[in-house]
Amino acid sequence: MQSKKTVVSKMITYGMVILAFVIVFALDQSGLISRHMRSMLVPIGINIILAVSLNLTVGFLGELTLGHAGFMSVGAYAGCLFSIYTADLLPLAARFPLAMLLGGIVAAVFGIIIGVPVLRLKGDYLAIVTLAFGEIIRSVIINLNFTGGASGLKGTPQDSTYPITFVVILIMLFVIMNLVESKHGRAITAIRDNRIAAEACGINITYYKLLAFVVAAFFAGVAGVLFGHNYSILTAGTFDYNMSIEILVMVVLGGMGSIRGSIIAATVITILPEALRFLEDYRMLIYAVVLIIVMIVNASPRFTGMRDFLSPKTWIAILTKKNNGKEAA
Amino acid sequence: MKKYFAMMMAAVMAAACFTGCGSSSSTEGTEGGDGATTEGGATIVIGGIGPLTGDYATYGISAKQGAEIAIEEINEAGGVNGVTFQLLFEDDQADPSTAVSAYNMLMDDGMDVSLGAVTSGACIAVAEESQQDGILLLTPSGSQKECTQYDNSFRICFQDPDQGTYSAEFIKDNGIAQKIGIIYDKSNDYSVGITDSFEAKAAEIGLEIVTKQAFTDQSNTDFSAQIQAVKDAGAELLFLPIYAQEAAYILTQADKAGLETIFFGVDGMDGILEKIGAENQALTEGVMLLTPFAADAQDEQTVAFVEKYKAAYNATPDQFAADGYDAIYTIAAAFEQTGLSSADDEGFNEAMIAAMTEITVDGLTGTMTWTADGEPSKSATAVVITDGVYKAYGLE
Amino acid sequence: MNFLMSLITNLISGLSLGSIYALIALGYTMVYGIAKMLNFAHGDIIMVGAFAVIVSVTSLGLPPVAAILISVVVCVVLGVAIERIAYKPLREASPLAVLITAIGVSYFLQSLALIIFGSNQYSFPKIMTFSSITLGGLTLNGETLTTLIVTTILMIALSLFIGKTRIGKAMRAVSEDKGAAELMGISVNKTIAVTFAIGSALAAVAGLFYGTTYGFINPYTGAMPGIKAFVAAVFGGIGSIPGAMLGGILLGVIENLSKAYISTELSDAIVFAVLIIVLIVRPIGLLGKKTNEKV
Repeated sequence: MQSKKTVVSKMITYGMVILAFVIVFALDQSGLISRHMRSMLVPIGINIILAVSLNLTVGFLGELTLGHAGFMSVGAYAGCLFSIYTADLLPLAARFPLAMLLGGIVAAVFGIIIGVPVLRLKGDYLAIVTLAFGEIIRSVIINLNFTGGASGLKGTPQDSTYPITFVVILIMLFVIMNLVESKHGRAITAIRDNRIAAEACGINITYYKLLAFVVAAFFAGVAGVLFGHNYSILTAGTFDYNMSIEILVMVVLGGMGSIRGSIIAATVITILPEALRFLEDYRMLIYAVVLIIVMIVNASPRFTGMRDFLSPKTWIAILTKKNNGKEAA
Repeated sequence: MKKYFAMMMAAVMAAACFTGCGSSSSTEGTEGGDGATTEGGATIVIGGIGPLTGDYATYGISAKQGAEIAIEEINEAGGVNGVTFQLLFEDDQADPSTAVSAYNMLMDDGMDVSLGAVTSGACIAVAEESQQDGILLLTPSGSQKECTQYDNSFRICFQDPDQGTYSAEFIKDNGIAQKIGIIYDKSNDYSVGITDSFEAKAAEIGLEIVTKQAFTDQSNTDFSAQIQAVKDAGAELLFLPIYAQEAAYILTQADKAGLETIFFGVDGMDGILEKIGAENQALTEGVMLLTPFAADAQDEQTVAFVEKYKAAYNATPDQFAADGYDAIYTIAAAFEQTGLSSADDEGFNEAMIAAMTEITVDGLTGTMTWTADGEPSKSATAVVITDGVYKAYGLE
Repeated sequence: MNFLMSLITNLISGLSLGSIYALIALGYTMVYGIAKMLNFAHGDIIMVGAFAVIVSVTSLGLPPVAAILISVVVCVVLGVAIERIAYKPLREASPLAVLITAIGVSYFLQSLALIIFGSNQYSFPKIMTFSSITLGGLTLNGETLTTLIVTTILMIALSLFIGKTRIGKAMRAVSEDKGAAELMGISVNKTIAVTFAIGSALAAVAGLFYGTTYGFINPYTGAMPGIKAFVAAVFGGIGSIPGAMLGGILLGVIENLSKAYISTELSDAIVFAVLIIVLIVRPIGLLGKKTNEKV
């Protein structure tokens, strides 16, 4: 049984994504959207998938991992190689979903391989080990021949479009939000809140940790496939630790454990460096300043009023209070 | 109340992001430099993309600055067919996906001709987009084969494999050395491409590669293990198909380790004198490199360019700057060849692309003509650094 | 015999690399141990320190000692300012928020240096020259030896400072429990500021030795050594000062030996693989302290 509150919250999330898509689609159809903006729609979608899936491990499970880009790259290479070899055999409608599924599964398998030994580590140690795995994956990809090595993998059909990305986002939201609301999800958050107490209640820590980790890896792989099919070249250098950190920035900025926050933050963080292009040489400097200010405003106790503005609770509180016609305190 | 305030702030921030995006087109022209002022005449907008920030920033900035000098010169001389040129240059941090965003932004800003991207990976991604738009793409320095795989794309620099092949032949023909060691950048496509073709050619003509050592962008400051291996293998010549930045580290560390081989680089090593600094100049004595451009060359064109560049940017131009400069002059020459009067003329793109194979450009990096494949025909010259100056091989 | 000689030479080069990692890791781990935060910008403070030396010597023509002092002062002021502006407001926030802010500070310093100094690399002035020691065909670099000695002295001094002095005691108290420390009359703000001042001074020293050893500095010079030093600090057990030194030296030696004897192509992967194995076997790092969890 889901409470009324969570149902409303979920509906708001779906509604927000669908509304955003409808607006963008309408603008695009009427030609009101710039090419620049349009070319960023798929990257925004990809980052949303990455951020929400990473939120599952960082926000809900409470484990800091810095290897999300590694899973993404494994998925990307698997999916792209599949598409390259089956480009003439399968129609797009069959090939692309299969490529995504394959990319996701391969990433999930890597998630299991990596997750089993390392998930017993905690905090910064887990962070550094996942970062290390990400870098190992990158290093190995550069040294393999069938991945194109340092020259990059070329010839992937450019199949990614923003409507497809939108559909994937909806599927991901459906899976992750249901997982979080389910018994499994409650077990996962129980581990975050108090591991020892959770264990005492008979929750299988290893299993649930791995579950969250693998689901996150799966969607990172899917995002990787979308990424790989959006450009004519895939280079291993793209997936370095900086990318993992960027995804982490989205999660933290959006609020740990807030799916809607991740969606908004992923959008903002993707657009921000592009929107700052008019600053020319000062672009990355201002980007850094904005990042610092936003983090301070968002997370500092001094700005309590702003801290929770991305979390569902606040939104629901505002909505219900509005309905009651009361002034928010 | 606080929460409403918070939401308002969030909305304002988000709105700022979006409008920032939309309004970027209104800021066009700020990058064109002084010469970009249009006084009623038509303008051709050239869009460049390259790393202006991040680890590879030095290459993008050089190419941009070289191109800016050319734009200024052409516009000061009254342009071509009464048309002036404007350069818009966007940052891609050497990342293909960012390059594509930048490309689309440039298209919004009315780009007529693309300079592709400075780095190969980014250039390949941009080439795909430009092919769909059908505009001329002329990359200053995208050296991988696929950068010019489409009919609309051309380049100023050499293709990677050519340099490796040429280097091996040069070493063999001049009897410079027989036992060769290589240190190359495994994470860099340019370096890997040259190394592969060098190895293939060396095997064919009977040069012995005694050791091949790699490094990556994760560990590109400490080369003691690689240098030790080269020393142990007894190499007579160390082939360095890498950029000047890492080469500077290798030369200083080789000196400390007492490695006494001949050092042989390719065009990426140009700029080594600047990178290694005046106090280490002695280490570059006798270093050989293949380069189509030498900032120390005495011809009038190079001297004038180097002087202007130094005055404007307080730095010595390198290979990338020369490529950027030549790219702009090549576009101007192609436009002249078309005989059109503006970029809005019908068939502009097709005419520009067709003109590329008809023109001959006498640039800083050599006299170039282009094949329909997009490859420039020009020759590299081997130079030997003597007393901190490039001297043509055999004349030092 | 030949193999032995080459092995020793490679070990020494590994030591040279490792001593630099160790020096950087000291600052990292010290800040982590007291303030409980990962100062991702530590590597970039090193870059700033190195640039301070370059500017003092090359542009201002100051003598080396003055240049080193200026570099230390610049780094200390910068470190304390960063703490005050960017980290202090987040002291009660989640550690992750602070981590992200630190990354923002790192980007900021890199971008600022890029704007001021451009993307070209600068050669580091030779203000310290050390003669090498030659022992029966083996050469030990003067820089390596000095770096090792300096790192060891700093490690001991730092351990003594934290273990024996009043401020050190305050630091330990703050690291244990900020609230309780405050109640005992310890100024948490002041203690953390001192921690950052010391950490940044260590960064200045690291910048000096990094510059002397490798000779070149650019705006992004600090990033990779910063990450490697972070790895070293975790390897040795983050928060542990002798651990940082041990972790740094081991990391350098492993990196160099894997390059020399296994594969230069895969050396990065090998280093990280060793790290993973060590952490799986010993999840708190080599010299980390085990803390018992309570419900």
